[in-house]
Amino acid sequence: MSAPPYAGELGLQLCHTCDKVCLLDTHECPRCWSVLHPRKPNSLVRTWALLIGALILYLPANLLPVMYTDMLGNGSESTILSGVIEFWRGGSWDIAVLIFIASVVVPCIKFFVLGLLLVTVQRRSRWAMPERSRLYRFIEIIGYWSMLDVLVVALVAALVQFRALSTIEPRLGILFFGLVVVLTMMAAMSFDPRLIWDAEKNDVR
Amino acid sequence: MAEAEASRAPLVICEHCDSVYQRPVLARKQTAHCQRCGALLARGRRLSTDQLLALTMAAAIVFLFANTFPIMGISMQGLSNEATLWQTVEALAQGRITLIALVTGLSIIFAPALQIILLAWVLVHARAGRVAPGFRACMRALEHLRPWSMLEVCLLGILVAIIKLAGMLEVHPGIGLWAMSMLTVLIILIGGRDVRGLWDELGVGRP
Repeated sequence: MSAPPYAGELGLQLCHTCDKVCLLDTHECPRCWSVLHPRKPNSLVRTWALLIGALILYLPANLLPVMYTDMLGNGSESTILSGVIEFWRGGSWDIAVLIFIASVVVPCIKFFVLGLLLVTVQRRSRWAMPERSRLYRFIEIIGYWSMLDVLVVALVAALVQFRALSTIEPRLGILFFGLVVVLTMMAAMSFDPRLIWDAEKNDVR
Repeated sequence: MAEAEASRAPLVICEHCDSVYQRPVLARKQTAHCQRCGALLARGRRLSTDQLLALTMAAAIVFLFANTFPIMGISMQGLSNEATLWQTVEALAQGRITLIALVTGLSIIFAPALQIILLAWVLVHARAGRVAPGFRACMRALEHLRPWSMLEVCLLGILVAIIKLAGMLEVHPGIGLWAMSMLTVLIILIGGRDVRGLWDELGVGRP
């Protein structure tokens, strides 16, 4: 079976919002009235900017404490990694692994994969195109699970509020961490996976 | 020629690689994948308009329960405390980090709430065979809300918080937690792409 044609070759484009097949020379989707673009506008520049922003914020997110725990007068601050280590030492290795995956592995995979996709697209590489497409879909799915740690800190801080005995409060690190998740999600959304396949065509993108 | 093609043959374009195909006719639960990049092209509609509306109503009721009753409670040396979803968001609204409370509020309260309200609005009208006022804006908003609705992550967060706290004090799950679990399943069912069927069903934008 021969390869299917590209939309651009047939003078068509896809509406991002409602999936309607539209003509290439229209600027507004006739069905949902969204603005049409053959490719997401400034995809590469926007994705780079959001990715670099997320990388910079990732440092304070890991270095600053995310939570302050006061147990019977003994106050201590914990970072994301020290929280993981605490779970591990406390015997709940499964929760330690879960938080480690959500807070460390997932963001790092996203940084690496988005960086890889951006560089290969800019070099118009034809290497492993179906696999790179699959990688993109993978980071799109896993991205938002990183919010896990933010929600855990919020829940624990909302519950443990016994003035005299013990309190738990969120700390600045959680803000940076949450912003990293939001920025990486926006970076994944602004990347246009169709640019991967544009390397097959010789005309301008 | 392109004009004729766009209006005549029902086509579908892969959103991940721009390949064009004839729109496949799919039965319930059947899926079509792109030959070139392997992405999901189309999925047989799982829920009819009636079913979607019924589940949306159920979700609206369960949402009220999930937001009124405490998610869980703890007790320690005779003291006890409970937290609702709203209080969970409020716990993050402290000084410099308030911004993150907004993100959290969006992902576990406002996005699901808006999804339910907008779906109910377009579906109630669709059942009467009408196009709801502001139909296009509602449908666009539903598409943009989808990635920011994170109830399933919240559910896992609750689980982790329970295990984290169970080591030092007593933890009791609340009514809100059961409602949250049901709401998560319902939002996954109704928040998907099935609602896109309304475009064709109501004939919106057809010349």
